[in-house]
Amino acid sequence: MDTAPTTIFAARRIITMNPARPTATHVAVRDGRILGVGPLAELAGWGPHTLDERLADQVLMPGLVEGHSHLMAGTLWRHAYCGCFDVTDPDGRRVAGSPSIDAVLASLSDAATARPEGPIVGWGFDPIYFGNRRCTREDLDRVSRTRPVGLLHASGHILNVNTVALQAAGFLRAGIAHPAFPLGADGLPTGELKGPEAMLPALDHVGLNRSFLSGDEFGIRAFGRLAVRAGVTTATDLAATLLDPELDTLLRLTGEAGYPVRLVPLLRLIGISPAQAVERAVALRARSTEQLRLGRIKVVADGSIQGFSARLRWPGYYNGAPNGLWYTAPEAMRDCYERALAAGIQVHTHTNGDEATALALDLLQAALAKQPRADHRFTLQHAQLADAAQFRRMRALGLSVNLFANHLYYWGDQHAAITVGPERAARMNAGRSALDAGVPLAIHSDAPITPLAPLFTAWCAVNRVSASGQVLGEAERITVPEALHAITLGAAATLQLDGEIGSIECGKRADFCVLADDPTAVPPAALKDVRVWGTVQGGRVFQA
Amino acid sequence: MTPPLPCVLIGGWLGAGKTTLVNQLLRQADGRRLAVLVNDFGDQGIDADLITGASGEVLELAGGCVCCSYGADLIGTLRRVTARDPRPDALLLETSGVADPAAVARSIGLLPEIALDGTVVLADAPRLAALQADPYVGDTVRAQLAAADLLVLNKVDNVEPAVRAALHRTLPPARTVETVQAALPIECVLGLAISSAGDKPAARGLRVPTAADGRFVSRSQRLDGPQDPALLAQRLTAAGSGVLRAKGLLTDLEGRRVLLQVVGTHAQLAPAPADATGPDRLAVIGLAGLYDGAPWS
Repeated sequence: MDTAPTTIFAARRIITMNPARPTATHVAVRDGRILGVGPLAELAGWGPHTLDERLADQVLMPGLVEGHSHLMAGTLWRHAYCGCFDVTDPDGRRVAGSPSIDAVLASLSDAATARPEGPIVGWGFDPIYFGNRRCTREDLDRVSRTRPVGLLHASGHILNVNTVALQAAGFLRAGIAHPAFPLGADGLPTGELKGPEAMLPALDHVGLNRSFLSGDEFGIRAFGRLAVRAGVTTATDLAATLLDPELDTLLRLTGEAGYPVRLVPLLRLIGISPAQAVERAVALRARSTEQLRLGRIKVVADGSIQGFSARLRWPGYYNGAPNGLWYTAPEAMRDCYERALAAGIQVHTHTNGDEATALALDLLQAALAKQPRADHRFTLQHAQLADAAQFRRMRALGLSVNLFANHLYYWGDQHAAITVGPERAARMNAGRSALDAGVPLAIHSDAPITPLAPLFTAWCAVNRVSASGQVLGEAERITVPEALHAITLGAAATLQLDGEIGSIECGKRADFCVLADDPTAVPPAALKDVRVWGTVQGGRVFQA
Repeated sequence: MTPPLPCVLIGGWLGAGKTTLVNQLLRQADGRRLAVLVNDFGDQGIDADLITGASGEVLELAGGCVCCSYGADLIGTLRRVTARDPRPDALLLETSGVADPAAVARSIGLLPEIALDGTVVLADAPRLAALQADPYVGDTVRAQLAAADLLVLNKVDNVEPAVRAALHRTLPPARTVETVQAALPIECVLGLAISSAGDKPAARGLRVPTAADGRFVSRSQRLDGPQDPALLAQRLTAAGSGVLRAKGLLTDLEGRRVLLQVVGTHAQLAPAPADATGPDRLAVIGLAGLYDGAPWS
C-alpha cells in the first residue's frame, strides 16, 4: 500500500506546548497530521520526505483555538467598520478607527459613496468612548436623507438608524413610551434602538438581518481569512441556530480544499425545548466532519454586565442599577443539563454575572447527582465575575471555564467606574484564581464584540491593562506560558478536542500558528505586537 | 380607521399553567377568531386536537384561530398577526416563563394597531411560596405577580386551605381568582362582548356567560343617562368589588361616548369606536361571594 507523502517543515523555533519536548526545529506532516516533531535527522527516520523551508525563518506554535467567537465577525465586513480602535480587515488592510462621531459619519459617507444604492450600514460603534454624546438620527441624516442608514454598536445590542430607516420601521411618531426608544426634544425617537426587540423591526430595512444568521457564505469565507491573520486554526461559532440551509452551507464551505479553519458551531437553546435541543444536538453530532464539529449546546443564563442585564449577587451594580435578567428559565437549564449528560452532549453556559455563575453551579450539581457522567467537560463561558470559591466549585464539578479577558482592556475602565466598581473590576476574568483552583482555562474575544486575535487576548490576561492604561487586578495576572496554554490546549480542552489539537506532537492534527516573532522571547507587555505570518491547517499552508 | 385589536397578556413562571389556560380559552372561542402568540413551540404546546394545519410559522387552529411563536421578534410577529386577513378578533399573548409582563406590555404599547386590555398572571399555588422566596428567581417571580391586573392562583386542589389563605396574604393587591387546571370562563379573560360590527354573531350583544360551577356571577345592564366614567371605573376596580372583567359603552358627563375596559384592578377609558352603536351598557363578570350581581350606575 502506498504511503501518503511526507513533508518536513523547518522552522526557526517550534513551541510545541508539550512539556516532554517543549521546543524543536522541524515538524513532519503526513495526511494532514503530525508524524513527528524534533530534529531533522530523527524525523528522516520516517522515510522519504520533502523538506519545506518556506517557514524556516518563522516560529511555530500549535494552531490557536478561539473558544468563543461568532461567524458574524466575518459577515459584518460586508459593512463599514465604525469602531474606535484601528483594526485589520479580512484581506489584511489596516482600517483606521473612528475616534469621534464626526469620524464615524465620515466612514459611513465613504461607504455611501462606494456603494451608491441601498442601505448604508456601519458596525463596531461604541459611544462609551465619546463621553455622554449619543448618536442621533439627525447625525445619520447627514450621511443620507434618502437611503436607510444603520449603525450597529460594538455590543451588538444597540442600533442607531437615520430618519428614513426609523420611518420605515414604523417608529417615527410621537407618543412612544418605552425604555428601548430614547426620545429627542421633539418628542420623537432619537433613532437609537436599544436591545434586540427594538432593533429587529429595523434590521430588515438596513439590510442587516443576514448578519445575524450563521449561514452567510460571504461571512464564513471572510471569517476564514480573519482566522488565518490571527493564527487561528480552530474556532467556535458560539450561538448558531443550525437550521438545515445553514448547515448545508457550512458543510459545503468547510469541505472546500482551501477553507483554512475548523469550525465548532454550538446549537443555542432558544425557541426549542431542552428535549428538542438535545435530540437535535445528537443528530448534528452524527454529521460532524473533520472541519466542522457539531453536537454541542449553548445555553444563555443572563445578559451582559455593561448592559446591566447580567445577574449579579449582592450588592449588585455599583451605580445602583437594578439586577439583570434571566434569559433562560433555571428549570429549562437544569432539564437541558440532565438530558445532555444522559446523551453525552456537551453544554456551554453563558454566565456573565456571579449570580448566574452560582445558579449554573447549583443546577449542574443537582443534575450530576441525578445523572452522573465522568468528564462531561461542561464549560462556563465568560464567568466574568466568578470569585475564587466559585472556581473551586467549578473544579469540584468538573467544569472548564472560558474567561472574557478582552473585556479588561475594552471596558475595564467602565467596569471600575460604573458597573461593578473598582474592587470587583480587579477580580473580573480572574485567570489566576481559575488556574490556582485547578480549573481548565481558556480565554476569548467573543469576536465580533472584540477582534479575533488570541495573542491580544493572551496579552489582556497577562497584563490586565485597560484602554486608559490602568492595571485592573495585578493579583489576577497569569504568566505568558499560561496564557499561551489557554489559547491552545486550554481552549481545545473546553471543546473536548485536546486529544487532536492544541499541541504539536506525534499523531495530532498538523495545525500551526506561524509567527514572525517568538511570543516567549518578547516582553509580556509586547505579546499583542507579535506578528502573525499565517497558519498551517491540516498540513495546508495559509499565508496571511 | 380600524379600531385597535384588543390584546390580553398571559404571564407567569414556567409551569404555572399559561398554556393550559390558553388551551382552555381556545376551546371556548365560540366563533371568536383568537390569535395566540407564544414565545416558542415547546413541549407543552397547543392541544393537538385543536390544531388543524400549519403554514410557515403559523399553526392553524379550530374555529379560525391561529397560533404563532415570536421568539426574539415580538414586534414583527405582532405586526404580522394584526395584519392577517381575516383580522383576528383578539390577541392572547403568552409570555415566556422568565419574562416580566410589564416589559412585554411596554412593547405592545409601541404598536398603535394593538390595544392592551390587561395582564393576567398565573401562579402555581403549590410552588408559589418557594418560588417567591427563591434566591435566584424570587425577584423575577414577584415582579411577574406585581404586573398582574388579574391573578390566577392555579392548582389550588393541591394545596391545603390554610396554606391557600396564607398564600393570598403574600400576593399583591390584584384581583385574584383560584383555579384548578386553569379553568376559567373565557369572559373572565376577554370580557363580555358588548358588540362591535366585527363581532361574530355568537359573541355579539349582551351575552351572559354560563358559569356552571357557580364561582362566577355575570351581569349585563343598560346604563341610563350620562355617567362619570372615572368614578365608575374606580368602583369597578375597588378592593373587594370582586369584579374580574368589565366592559362598558357609556356617555360621559360631556356627552362623549366612551369605551370602558376593566381587567381586575386595571381600568382603561378610550373614545368609543365609531361602530359601537346602540344604547349605553355595561357587562360585568365577577367572583361569586364578592360580587352579588347588583346593577351599577
